[in-house]
Amino acid sequence: MFNKENSYNVYICGVGGQGIIKTSVIIGEAAMNEGYDVLMSEIHGMSQRGGVVSTELKIGDYKSSIIEKNNADIILSFEPSESIRVLDKSNEDTKIIFNTYPIVPSTLTQFNQTYPDIKEMINSLNENYDFVYPIDGEKLAIESGSLLSLNMVLLGAAIANNTFPLSKESIISSMKNNLHPKFHEMNVKAVEKGYNTVKNS
Amino acid sequence: MDLNQLVKGKFGDKEFLLGNEAAVRGAIEAGVSIAATYPGTPSSEIGNILSVLAKDAGMFFEFSINEKVAMEVAAASSASGLKTFTFMKHVGLNVASDSFLTAVYTGTPGGMVVLSADDPSMFSSQNEQDNRHYTRLANCPVLEPSNPQEVKDMMKFGYEISKHFSIPVILRTTTRVSHMRGIVEFDNVEKESINKIEINKDNNTHWKKGFFKKNPKQFVPVPENSIVMHQNLVLKMEEINELTNNSDLNNIFEFNFENKIDEIRNNNSNNNSNNNSNNNSNSNSNTGNNNSKKYGVIASGSAFNYAYDVVNEDNLPFDILKLGFSYPFPKDLVLDFVEDLDGVFVVEEVDPVMEKEILAAIGEFGIDIPVFGKLDETFPLIHEFNCDIVRESINKIIKQENNEETENNEKLEESLDDESKKSDINEKLENIKNNLPFRPPTLCAGCSHRATYFGVRRAAEELDIANEDLIFSSDIGCYTLGVSPPYETTDYLLSMGSSIGDACGFSAGTNQHIVSFIGDSTFFHGGIPPLINGVHNKHKFVVTVLDNRTTAMTGGQPNPGIPVDGMRDIAPEISIEKIAKATGCEFVESINPMNLNKTVDTYKRALEYDGVSVIIAKYPCTLIKGTKTKRPLIIKQDKCDDCRVCIDTLACPAISVVDDKVEIDDLLCKGCTVCVQMCDEKAIGVKKED
Repeated sequence: MFNKENSYNVYICGVGGQGIIKTSVIIGEAAMNEGYDVLMSEIHGMSQRGGVVSTELKIGDYKSSIIEKNNADIILSFEPSESIRVLDKSNEDTKIIFNTYPIVPSTLTQFNQTYPDIKEMINSLNENYDFVYPIDGEKLAIESGSLLSLNMVLLGAAIANNTFPLSKESIISSMKNNLHPKFHEMNVKAVEKGYNTVKNS
Repeated sequence: MDLNQLVKGKFGDKEFLLGNEAAVRGAIEAGVSIAATYPGTPSSEIGNILSVLAKDAGMFFEFSINEKVAMEVAAASSASGLKTFTFMKHVGLNVASDSFLTAVYTGTPGGMVVLSADDPSMFSSQNEQDNRHYTRLANCPVLEPSNPQEVKDMMKFGYEISKHFSIPVILRTTTRVSHMRGIVEFDNVEKESINKIEINKDNNTHWKKGFFKKNPKQFVPVPENSIVMHQNLVLKMEEINELTNNSDLNNIFEFNFENKIDEIRNNNSNNNSNNNSNNNSNSNSNTGNNNSKKYGVIASGSAFNYAYDVVNEDNLPFDILKLGFSYPFPKDLVLDFVEDLDGVFVVEEVDPVMEKEILAAIGEFGIDIPVFGKLDETFPLIHEFNCDIVRESINKIIKQENNEETENNEKLEESLDDESKKSDINEKLENIKNNLPFRPPTLCAGCSHRATYFGVRRAAEELDIANEDLIFSSDIGCYTLGVSPPYETTDYLLSMGSSIGDACGFSAGTNQHIVSFIGDSTFFHGGIPPLINGVHNKHKFVVTVLDNRTTAMTGGQPNPGIPVDGMRDIAPEISIEKIAKATGCEFVESINPMNLNKTVDTYKRALEYDGVSVIIAKYPCTLIKGTKTKRPLIIKQDKCDDCRVCIDTLACPAISVVDDKVEIDDLLCKGCTVCVQMCDEKAIGVKKED
């Protein structure tokens, strides 16, 4: 089998407009700057209109950019129910980090569906996985200065687990290279808040 | 990354680029002077970036009215000696194909690359056609990059081939290559292109101009000339075929067959030491592996990536022939590769294009080995691949072989069966997972298409026209999302501009009412000829031009109805209303669709009009940057009788049921007031300032 020590797979998902692609590019650039080979898949187009958005990052000796079933080292979800939708990519060691604030689809009543209870989702994830980190992203983002820093809170949370191969410093420097300088201070604060929440849990 | 790096970046610089960004850098490195496109995903970002960078890159760039015109802009300027670039989504090449197929005859002396972005699995398309067929149809070379670095490098190489042989070159990407990011190392930018800006100070243009030397024998395909052109084309392709048989882009990745077999047999449980066997080149040793069949893989594009990772990860002893320069088909190279094999896997997306070439080649030379591909159903005939699909397909064959030869390959089989990482989730979580709410793409909050759809539905209702008697022919754009409930305003759709041509057909073929929908950009692209057709042939239908002042679905590009061009300069704004009137159509009315009463009234008159009527529903897309939004709306809970008609008929993302009460999300609401106008209880109002 492939030498897993030299690779790391990041699956990021959520809803169109949450800053998912930008967050993923920041991780990818940081990986490049740390000397890793890295590939990323992103899907544009129809899915932007309030639909599901996902990106996949494969750090290591790969040629393909789609993560295989059961092979994500981390699932970072910007929306609680979306973390459940992608569990096919998980295995028992996968770190599951997600924003607890739901975005309820407007089509819910049309299809006669219900949105799952958040607490129940968290409980059942905990029953199945050892590394589950629910993050109150909205609250931490507002504390950092604006709801717009939500993606940086989640980025901070993602890099805090001890298997994550990239340093906080290189993530922050890549972040600065990709986002407007006007927001650097707020975004650093947001990364730190997300980071500390996972570190202290 | 700062996009300006695509122009300023120097030799050896590394950037983490999208395939489409890499294509832009490739065009700049190659010294492209003229670029033209019609936006279409998955190629849209190329145009968006060129729109920003063209001036700094010494390039002319336009969003053409459609792909055929883009192709003609590129072909004619290439005939004038310039390097030119046109790019489009796969179905765009259908539109451009009429001119493209003859541009292969006339040739492209300056060099021309046609990037065709195919969309296997149809992430944002109406079909998943495989445009490698065009290379056979047109008789032109194709390059198939597998990652962003190759996109850039093959762009440059494409121009060398195109210019040298005076033939267009197709660069075929797929969504997973166009939208893959990877590390791209830059080359130098051609000196020629750096000096362009100075060259043309007198002409007041920032790009280099060419000169068209008349030569009817080369450029005018009347039968007398085109007979010779076709002959020359065949000769060119024969010459290029020698290149493909010897190209560095068609190379073998060795996974050292004999060593690996020994390794698997003698594997004494040392887990991590087996991964370094790639390039020890003693593959000629003649070990006695009588029971193991020797297989190889031939792959291209994204499919190569999956094949490589599966062979590498599963430690399979298969050499892989990667075809990056895949047509004219490198038959000799392929024959050499398969000569010693007991079977070959052909891994390609979407159609069995290479597979048929391989079967023909081995058939011609009487080589008797099985070809495992799509035709024998080893691999699926539809959709994009991934490692899981490729692994499962290859295992079908290997496991079958192993069962036939039970002697030796336990270890191999063991490595194939390794699914130890799989996690089984409990019933409770499985249950949540299986009942997750759908999250389909929807019309944005504040989108004017919602108002138009409401208006036409209400008008039909008031005229007692039953839903069965009302055909909606729609077109390609955001408004195609009208196919979903509650709108259900898309009953038939073929291609860009088809809504009006289809309406002509329904008008001739039925006595039903017909309402068509077409966007502003799509109207310019393909809607004008069928509109003329409808008026001239006395058809009866309602045309709706949903003029939201942009090409919304592909990310907001300008079109001829907008007073801005592809290089963001001021440009003449073409009036849709004047065009419609010029067809002789006597019912042409522009409305603000957000005014529901007026919209309903206009549709009622249009539906009763005996002939072609045109309604231009004009309101800017909410995604246009800088659009002023109005104050958000609020449900007056004391007046709301919880009928939920707003939710059931508008399906606006801003309106939802929270704790059993209808609520408006004031972050999402754009204050468009469509809900205010349609609420019979007058229970929706403007939110007072906090």
